[in-house]
Amino acid sequence: MENLDHRWFGKRIRRNEDPRLLTGRALFVDDVQLPGMAHVAFVRSPVAHARIVEVDTRAARARPGVYAVITAEDLGDYWQPGPLLVSPPPIEGHIFHERTQPPLARDKVRFVGEPVVVVVAESRYLAEDAAEDVFVDYDTQTPVVDLERALEPGAELVHGDLPSNVAARAHQSLGDYEAARAQADVIVARRFRYDRGASAAIENRAVVAQWDERDQELTMWDTTQAPIPIRNGVATRLGLSHSQVRVIAPFVGGGFGPKIMMFYQEELLVPWLAMRLGRPVKWTEDRSENFFATTQEREQIHDAEMALTSDGRILGIRDRFLHDCGAYDTYGLTVPINSQCTLLGPYLVPAYDSEFTCVFTNKTIVTPVRGAGRQHGVFVMERLLDLAARELGLSPVEIRERNYIPPDAFPYDYEILYQDSAPLVYDSGDYAPALAKAVEMIGYDRFIAEEQPAARAEGRHLGIGVVSYVEGTGIGPYEGARVSVEVDGRVTVATGVGTQGQGHFTSFAQIVAEQLDVDPARIRVVTGDTREFAWGTGTFASRGAVVAGNACHAAAVAVREKILKLAAELLHAEREELELAGGRVLVRGQPERSFALGDLAAKANPLRGAVRPGTEPGLEATAYFGPDRSCTASGVHAMVVEVDPETAMIELKRYVVVHDCGHVINPMIVDGQIHGGVAHGIGNAFYEKLVYDDNGQLLTASLMDYLLPTSLDVPTIQTAHFETPSPLNPLGIKGVGEAGAIPVGALFAQAIENALGDEAPEILEIPLSPNRLFELMTARATRTGSAAGAGTAAPARPEIGVPARRAAEPGEAGPA
Amino acid sequence: MKPPPFEYHAPPTLVEALTLLAQHGDEAKALAGGQSLIPVLNFRLARPSVIVDLNRIDELIGIDATGPSLRVAAMTRQRAAERSTDVAERAPMLAAALTHVAHPQIRTRGTIGGSVAHADPAAELPAVMLALDARFRLRRGAEERTVAAGDFFTGLFSTALEVDELLIDIEIPAPAARSGWAFEEVARRHGDFALVAVAARVVLDSAGAVSDARLAYVNAGPGPFRSARAEAVLVGQTPDPDLIRAAAAAAFEDARPAADVHASAAYRRQLTRVLTARALAAAFARAAA
Repeated sequence: MENLDHRWFGKRIRRNEDPRLLTGRALFVDDVQLPGMAHVAFVRSPVAHARIVEVDTRAARARPGVYAVITAEDLGDYWQPGPLLVSPPPIEGHIFHERTQPPLARDKVRFVGEPVVVVVAESRYLAEDAAEDVFVDYDTQTPVVDLERALEPGAELVHGDLPSNVAARAHQSLGDYEAARAQADVIVARRFRYDRGASAAIENRAVVAQWDERDQELTMWDTTQAPIPIRNGVATRLGLSHSQVRVIAPFVGGGFGPKIMMFYQEELLVPWLAMRLGRPVKWTEDRSENFFATTQEREQIHDAEMALTSDGRILGIRDRFLHDCGAYDTYGLTVPINSQCTLLGPYLVPAYDSEFTCVFTNKTIVTPVRGAGRQHGVFVMERLLDLAARELGLSPVEIRERNYIPPDAFPYDYEILYQDSAPLVYDSGDYAPALAKAVEMIGYDRFIAEEQPAARAEGRHLGIGVVSYVEGTGIGPYEGARVSVEVDGRVTVATGVGTQGQGHFTSFAQIVAEQLDVDPARIRVVTGDTREFAWGTGTFASRGAVVAGNACHAAAVAVREKILKLAAELLHAEREELELAGGRVLVRGQPERSFALGDLAAKANPLRGAVRPGTEPGLEATAYFGPDRSCTASGVHAMVVEVDPETAMIELKRYVVVHDCGHVINPMIVDGQIHGGVAHGIGNAFYEKLVYDDNGQLLTASLMDYLLPTSLDVPTIQTAHFETPSPLNPLGIKGVGEAGAIPVGALFAQAIENALGDEAPEILEIPLSPNRLFELMTARATRTGSAAGAGTAAPARPEIGVPARRAAEPGEAGPA
Repeated sequence: MKPPPFEYHAPPTLVEALTLLAQHGDEAKALAGGQSLIPVLNFRLARPSVIVDLNRIDELIGIDATGPSLRVAAMTRQRAAERSTDVAERAPMLAAALTHVAHPQIRTRGTIGGSVAHADPAAELPAVMLALDARFRLRRGAEERTVAAGDFFTGLFSTALEVDELLIDIEIPAPAARSGWAFEEVARRHGDFALVAVAARVVLDSAGAVSDARLAYVNAGPGPFRSARAEAVLVGQTPDPDLIRAAAAAAFEDARPAADVHASAAYRRQLTRVLTARALAAAFARAAA
């Protein structure tokens, strides 16, 4: 919706960055070409778990064109495990064993793709040839792959110095679940599984580093989401001052979480090599490496139960879950705590008893991927509600309506700790109207009354689903921004966050434009260059707009004050008489008494003799913003799906998102974020899966086998925005970057079950696939002796051979 | 993902290409559209020391509809065949199947002959050629021979082609009167390799009974194959839903699919049955029209 009180904030404005991006003129890390630049390739472990017996690099070193071949031994003191990124919140009684990744494996490899040797050569081709020359003798150990088997007594240990593969354990509770259970009329209990997916950003990771001996400065281009922490860390590790290192995260083709991870081994090794070799060094991850070396997410197993009254009110939830953290637990407890907290959703849950166990496995490291654990919690909660609704004879809509936190209950304190170590307190929300809107947009009642039965009469299986969720967004600690009016009247905004396609160049410009009334097209936003802005954290947890956006706002307000102060002085007017409009400051109603902002900026640079004590040059201000705790965005997704029970193929017919991220800065950008998130969620729900075999080998390690949904697989998405402003920041905004991806798995499960009606298997796992759906249907048919399930001789449609699975595509001739 | 070193030749004539292949034997690999070979090189799964690029050989491109059979030269791009009015008229099943081969951008580069000679069990074109009773003209040095589709495909990624032999063109006979066809596929996403697909061609006699049936499968066995049992069920019978069901059940029996990360063998056999039924219904409808 357009906000009529604002000039620029809240408007659907085209993105400032798009002309550069769409015409191929934006700088990405791999575009950086420097004279004499060397190229890196890695020797990575081909096995999931092994002792390294011997590394022989002689043949590789002897290959012409090779500059260096480096093993863990060669790193000397530079070899040390990376930092713990996020310390566990102070949850009483929690266990946490910190084991972080080394830059190169030394005695042992713990996952396929772990770097063992780095080769530097005059081209990437030669570096890869030389990498093949390296001989590594691996003494293989039993790989730890399955979460439950990893915890069995006598299981092989991923980290031999620990007593078991338990990486962490934490228990949080509120109320008395046992008492709730004793009072319950109905209890539903199931086991739920979520499996791994890749973030699959279109741009893989890349690092270029250059050491300038004359200036004694290191410049590093990096696809990171967190340029400032990378700078701080690299400087410290290399024994340099922070100001001797400049990290630039230019345009980045998607982050989705894994690019916040630090340090990737490559990020530490490339600058070290550049200094050691005295020449620029580049490493660009290829797609194959990306599947093994870039962090992943989402394997959990939940044993959960919900206690309810006979009228469908939740009395309590108990959950015990295993979380796969991969070979190292560098990101602390963020992902499982997100699962634990987000499970509660928009619902009143009087009693909650949740404990998770993080498990080390011989698989790629797990760190947040868009949604960051929230998917799993939402899946468990929404599925439990669906199962309870079925048992109680309620519709999925009714059971949700009955359990929402009422609008007058905010701030709502859940009395447990969130990932940012702050209490889980929902700042604001209003859930029932969003559900009602989604129900209306998808045409829920008409679908159930008319559309579904009519399709069924034709032998077609249509199903509907509706799910809701909340998302804690915009966590601290802080971000900053500097806003400067240039003498040409343009405005420059610099902030420390990195940007990976979110539209920051436009959203931040709109926030500043609102204060200064300068056309956002004339506002240049600079992000992700530590020389331009040296303080901050990064882009993660749907926080860019919330935290950096409010810092931009605070800086713009300060610049506005400077403009008014100086203009009042020069125009001999009272400040209250002045206004900013169209890039000028003027006395209201007297446009001849005015300055263009650029001219005022020139006057703000005082000449000799004009400087009084306290004078600061320029129309410029720097400000910071740090929220107390996260703000709670929410949403409802609904869809209509058609399932072909004979082939187990699906087609998405309609998809609706009603979303509340507080005040919207740019509805077009928010829509885009939601569309991208839903596409990501659809991939996770039905197409993408990282399949590991019992040896810890990834079987879907290319884009031929790891199936990202394409534009042909993602339906048109209808969106509506509700605005429940956050009281936690001056702009009243909440995050949106992850929202679209979060509830999609739960929605698929409900809608597909609905489509299959009485013959539906229970769907308790994500990702699905046609094959998995076929297996579930077959198992159910076998169990119930139903003749109508897949795999049996009788067809589910009345007349065989009428291809109802989809309309003929252009060029594909249908039946004559 | 960079290929190991190789020697690269891009001869302008067929004679030169054949000479190079003869010279280098199994060290050499012919490059057509590159949709399969280039990834295999980049993954370093194949290491031919010589690449003979066929893309500059004009005589290997073109569609000739002047004779009784349609001739499609090996290096004809898939997109060109898909858009050809001659193909639409003389081999509509090929045009229909091509829309399932990846995406337009890829078909603009991929070639008909490259796909056929690669013989990926998940590729559409080999099964289509079986169903259409196509014949392949092969040349080795100055020697030429013609091989029927049924003899050309010998298994998983294997064909009758010798290492120094090239596919020149594909001859597709004209369809009989009262014949009908259908191509049915299930793939994970639009444009993916088939989980299973079936290419069906049926011919009816004057009494309306089935005089000939060819049912060829993609990814339902180790290579493209025809279901002899299903064809036998059909021939001599008058089409009706029971016959279709019986043929589908026979195809289910003949299917010997492999399992992979996308589909179990059981699921592929189920798809074989379902798609056979759907394809036959559509093919009979066309034949009767």
